[in-house]
Amino acid sequence: MELIIPILAAAVRSGTPILYATLGEVLSERAGVMNLGLEGVMLTGAYAGFAVTKATGDPWLGLVASFFAGAAITLIHAFLCITLMCNQVVSGLALVMTGYGLSALLGRSIIGETISGMASWSIPILSDIPFFGPVFFQHNPMVYVSYLLVVFLCWFIFRTRWGLNLRAVGENPRAADAMGLSVTKIRYLYTLVGGGLAGVGGGYLSVVYAQMWIEGMTSGRGWIAVALVIFGLWNPARAAFGAYLFGGVEALQLRMQAMGSSISASLLLTLPYLMTIIVLTVVSIRAGKGVKLGTPAALSVPFRREDRD
Amino acid sequence: MIRLKFEPRLDNPAWMNVMIPVAAVLTGLFAGGVLFAFLGVNPFRAYWAVLVGAFGSTYGLSEIVTKAIPITLTALAGLICYRMLIWNIGAEGQLCLGAIATVAVVRYFYVDSRIAMFALMFLAAALAGGVWGGVSGFLKAKWNVNETITTLMLNYVAINLSEYFIYGPWKDPMSMGFPFTPNFPPAARFWVFGSTRIHGGIFIALAITLIFQLLLKRSKWGYEIRVIGENPRAARYAGINIAKNILLVTFIGGAVAGLAGMSEMAGLHGRMSRGFSMDYGYTGIIVAWLARLSPIYVPLVAFLMGVLLVGGDTLQVVMGLPHASIKILQGLILFSMIGAETLSRFRIRIVRVGLRAKGEEN
Repeated sequence: MELIIPILAAAVRSGTPILYATLGEVLSERAGVMNLGLEGVMLTGAYAGFAVTKATGDPWLGLVASFFAGAAITLIHAFLCITLMCNQVVSGLALVMTGYGLSALLGRSIIGETISGMASWSIPILSDIPFFGPVFFQHNPMVYVSYLLVVFLCWFIFRTRWGLNLRAVGENPRAADAMGLSVTKIRYLYTLVGGGLAGVGGGYLSVVYAQMWIEGMTSGRGWIAVALVIFGLWNPARAAFGAYLFGGVEALQLRMQAMGSSISASLLLTLPYLMTIIVLTVVSIRAGKGVKLGTPAALSVPFRREDRD
Repeated sequence: MIRLKFEPRLDNPAWMNVMIPVAAVLTGLFAGGVLFAFLGVNPFRAYWAVLVGAFGSTYGLSEIVTKAIPITLTALAGLICYRMLIWNIGAEGQLCLGAIATVAVVRYFYVDSRIAMFALMFLAAALAGGVWGGVSGFLKAKWNVNETITTLMLNYVAINLSEYFIYGPWKDPMSMGFPFTPNFPPAARFWVFGSTRIHGGIFIALAITLIFQLLLKRSKWGYEIRVIGENPRAARYAGINIAKNILLVTFIGGAVAGLAGMSEMAGLHGRMSRGFSMDYGYTGIIVAWLARLSPIYVPLVAFLMGVLLVGGDTLQVVMGLPHASIKILQGLILFSMIGAETLSRFRIRIVRVGLRAKGEEN
């Protein structure tokens, strides 16, 4: 137990940035827009969050900046994919490059700077529960915000009128349009909010987790988030489980390195990526057997209103 | 209220094939310039530095060609898959595997003959890259596993694998702790042009360009995979085996990217060191799109991308900007390219909504 609890707690802490990005992508894909550019969006958010925290001394303001920076850079993707109906895969790749380059160029002035980050805060009563307390309730506030977000999104997507509209647009945009919904507006809204959440994921990394800025510091987490959306079958709760699983591998690998395990760190680092492939394969096999998975039917299909007959 | 209205173009004027990439590059560079200016970097100085770095010396020119070689190969690797709408973005990892296989051959199967070494390295690199790509193809063909994600994940696996060898079992004992493998013996090196760094890999790149051009534009198989890409349903009715072709293009693509790894090892570096892959796999994706998936244009576009990359080095040295700044330009050019492609497919009219008769609104 003494060994497992810190690892599980670390899994939650290091899974949280991936979780924010994954939740954002769930929203975006539910609306029918695939954003492969999360890696670039997260980096942009990480830079903005750190820079604003450094300038104002307030990590909360920094994270708000992360949100808006993430949404802002995603606007390019939204414009190309929604208005110009471009190929979403290629646009996403371009977004990764642009976000990476932009954050590297901007971040050159803050390399080596430090901030105080966000103090952790144990939730009274809940944190005293054996096992669950230390694993889930002795963290920084952004971890708790992510719990609330998961619960909120589960309710929002599946239980509200707004969520129904969102799913309609991703499932059958033509029918949604006939119902009088503006497919374009809804897709823009959720793509941008999704980008904003990915930005917060990046901001969590630089402001709360690492408390510094390093070029390319997301090191593949954005891509893992894209994969986790499929792993989580477009469901926020399952996405959270996936994110913590990945956080767990990361935490385990750091711990093994620290304990001087003879297994090479490079080889251990391949584990999360191999695991993504395995999980994705299992999910795809099940999908092939006709298990309904929740893939939005119009995912990455552009909608042109003039196409109506 | 004003709205944009997209009407499909019925004609496809020939001038567009040239204009689109040119316009995309110019738009991307312009947008990048505006962004640089906004961030306090003088865009004229930056672009001038790029040009001087690239064309100001024979060294710059030779560096451009040196970079264009692997980029041509990784672009071709992606291109053959994109023609079938298989989103293989794994050239980076396949290149790594090709490099690992090349080093392994030199380490364990060394013979003192240039021809034998070339043949061995070629086969090993193509096979390793091909299998690495083929894994994603197999998963896609068999269970419809998303190939974008699997190829990408395998990139990270491959890079970590190469670092395992560089830091671990293959580390040069004479390297004083620096992470690289021992230098290749002369028989395992390519021939080099005079005093430049341009090496025999250029012939591999050009040969595969020609083969791909013939294969895709002239052969029945080239036609088949185009049909699969453009209309999978028609392809299925025509009795084309889609699963087999997915496996084939991912294997061939991987093999070509693997050769890029071999050419980098045996032609340029002569050993494997950390960060040797330089993101050529990702750069190849942009090049494939800028070439509009036509193999014959790939070397030219790869050369232009080489200009940008060599220029990026000068940006770093002369203006103190991070090398990754050049990624902004790459990204913006790619954005412009796909945007321009849409504009070529549609005529765009601006319509006033609400002021005209109701039927006009839609």
